Amino acid sequence: MDMKVAAKKLGLKERYAAMTRGLDWETTYQPMDTVYPYDKFEGIKIHDWDKWEDPFRLTMDAYWKYQAEKERKLYAILDAFNQNNGHLGVTDARYINALKLFLTAVTPLEYMAHRGFAHVGRQLRGAGARVACQMQALDELRHAQTQIHSLSNYNKHYNGFHDWRHMHDRIWYLSVPKSFFDDAVTAGPFEYMVAIGFSFEYVLTNLLFVPFISGAAYNGDMGAMAFGFSAQSDEARHMTLGLEMIKFMLEQDPANLPIVQGWIDKWTWRGVRMLTIVGMMMDYMLPKRVMSWKEAWEIYFEESGGALFKDLARYGITIPKCVAQATIEKEHITHQAWTTFYQYGAAAAFNTWIPEKEELDWLSEKYPNTFDKYYRPRLEYLGEQAKQGKRFYSTTLPMLCQCCQIPMFFTEPDDPTKICYRESDHNGEKYHFCSDHCKEIFDHEPEKYVQAWMPVHQIYQGNCFKPDVDPTAEGFDPLAAVLDWYNIQFGRDNLDFEGSEDQKNFDTWRQTAKSNG
Amino acid sequence: MSNVFIAFQTNEETRSIIEAIADDNPNAIINEQPAMVKIDAPDSLTIKRASIEEKMGRDFDLQELHVHLITLSGHIDETDDEFNLSWLN
Ligand SMILES: [Fe+2]
Ligand SMILES: [Fe+2]
Repeated sequence: MDMKVAAKKLGLKERYAAMTRGLDWETTYQPMDTVYPYDKFEGIKIHDWDKWEDPFRLTMDAYWKYQAEKERKLYAILDAFNQNNGHLGVTDARYINALKLFLTAVTPLEYMAHRGFAHVGRQLRGAGARVACQMQALDELRHAQTQIHSLSNYNKHYNGFHDWRHMHDRIWYLSVPKSFFDDAVTAGPFEYMVAIGFSFEYVLTNLLFVPFISGAAYNGDMGAMAFGFSAQSDEARHMTLGLEMIKFMLEQDPANLPIVQGWIDKWTWRGVRMLTIVGMMMDYMLPKRVMSWKEAWEIYFEESGGALFKDLARYGITIPKCVAQATIEKEHITHQAWTTFYQYGAAAAFNTWIPEKEELDWLSEKYPNTFDKYYRPRLEYLGEQAKQGKRFYSTTLPMLCQCCQIPMFFTEPDDPTKICYRESDHNGEKYHFCSDHCKEIFDHEPEKYVQAWMPVHQIYQGNCFKPDVDPTAEGFDPLAAVLDWYNIQFGRDNLDFEGSEDQKNFDTWRQTAKSNG
Repeated sequence: MSNVFIAFQTNEETRSIIEAIADDNPNAIINEQPAMVKIDAPDSLTIKRASIEEKMGRDFDLQELHVHLITLSGHIDETDDEFNLSWLN
């Protein structure tokens, strides 16, 4: 008789090894290079994919189990929030504009991240990395879906939520996040992993999700808190994947170092530029504030990013050069961005406003070196003009940076009173940049960036009107035609918060909610 | 010396998790923010399954941490019994 021995449960490490090694094989009908055609052309040398270790060692069954639990929790909160008209409990209706920006700018990127990781999860030849990328691809799809679900409730009550996907491909400021991700997914698989897995997920998403979503909770938005933190619970795994990929490339071959360093430099700056919008949301669009952009930058970039770069120094990685400029700019960019959006408030799919006096005082306190000196007087002047019935709207189109696509409002690092302009010539054409770092990125890959879809150029070329529009007609109003093409409803989705439909409705509904009247 | 950190959503489960971390890591600084708790610790931080089970009064799988995690920094080393975060430099 055989002895009955209870099968010993495999430990975490064995379970993970069984999935990521035992289930993979070397192809024989086709050479491996034909099956995995994209993982060599970038010049990254990998000698032994078996050295890849995912520290979370999540197996598929555990993945499904915990993701399902996250979804159940998320939808329970959302149902409760919506059932109870939770939207009326947010601090004030100005806050809801941050969600409009989130839905049009960030949610489509979640979907792009899904596509990017699905692609890379097919193309890397190591099974451990492939499994981690495939899990992330599913996570990113979940993020897109849960954000759309959560925010669809706001679409029942407020303007500007009605056509976010259409807007993402068209509106001038949304080309900033869109082109960022397009740049990443059109790179090779290893650059994509550095761009999104490392620079974006590890170095920068803390700034996007943690203080902003904590801020959403602070402003009474359980819906945004639920999807934000539920997404962020996957982020710890994503960050780990990004960091593992960096370590793996650097450990595999010393020749990988200069390539990886170049990508880190590029993508840190691309991310920093894009986060200008997030910084602006934190400083200007959350009525109750948890921390300033500058404080968030200091905690999550300077302190935590600093620790990371110090750690990676053992591989020869140095802190990107652009960090010096980003450090100076932390005291400026949110004010420059909000002042720009305020002036272009007729062409935005959300309402803008001048902060109230106590909010200006808060900004003065948080930005003692810059706010009173450079920005408060401008905002107060614009606010004064608005009070006199002369609310200023710029109707000219700004020059955009060919790389980050942000209007040229950033100032010289050593002179905050002077707009920074840089330019390069390529094949007889002139290209404009907001900074030395954007120019450098362009100069390194001009063939890529000359193809950028620049919203302002496209408007001037007549590509941003509906097909039946005749720009030669008498009294043709180009701005109105462009907004129509964007599907921004003039007077509802755009202009000042003061006097907006959202403001009036919110006040009326909240009064009704508080009384029997 | 650099800090590692880990952040969790504020809820009934993480109350025990955070208490366990505080007991096991006397250098850790617990920082409460709206809807979340961030824990910073110099150089390294250890989360022990046994300590969490003790606080919760039930079996706990360290991978359950995924449900409540918001973010972290540092290199991870995870086994069935311990979850470690550290910087090597
Ligand atoms: Fe995501
Ligand atoms: Fe730029």
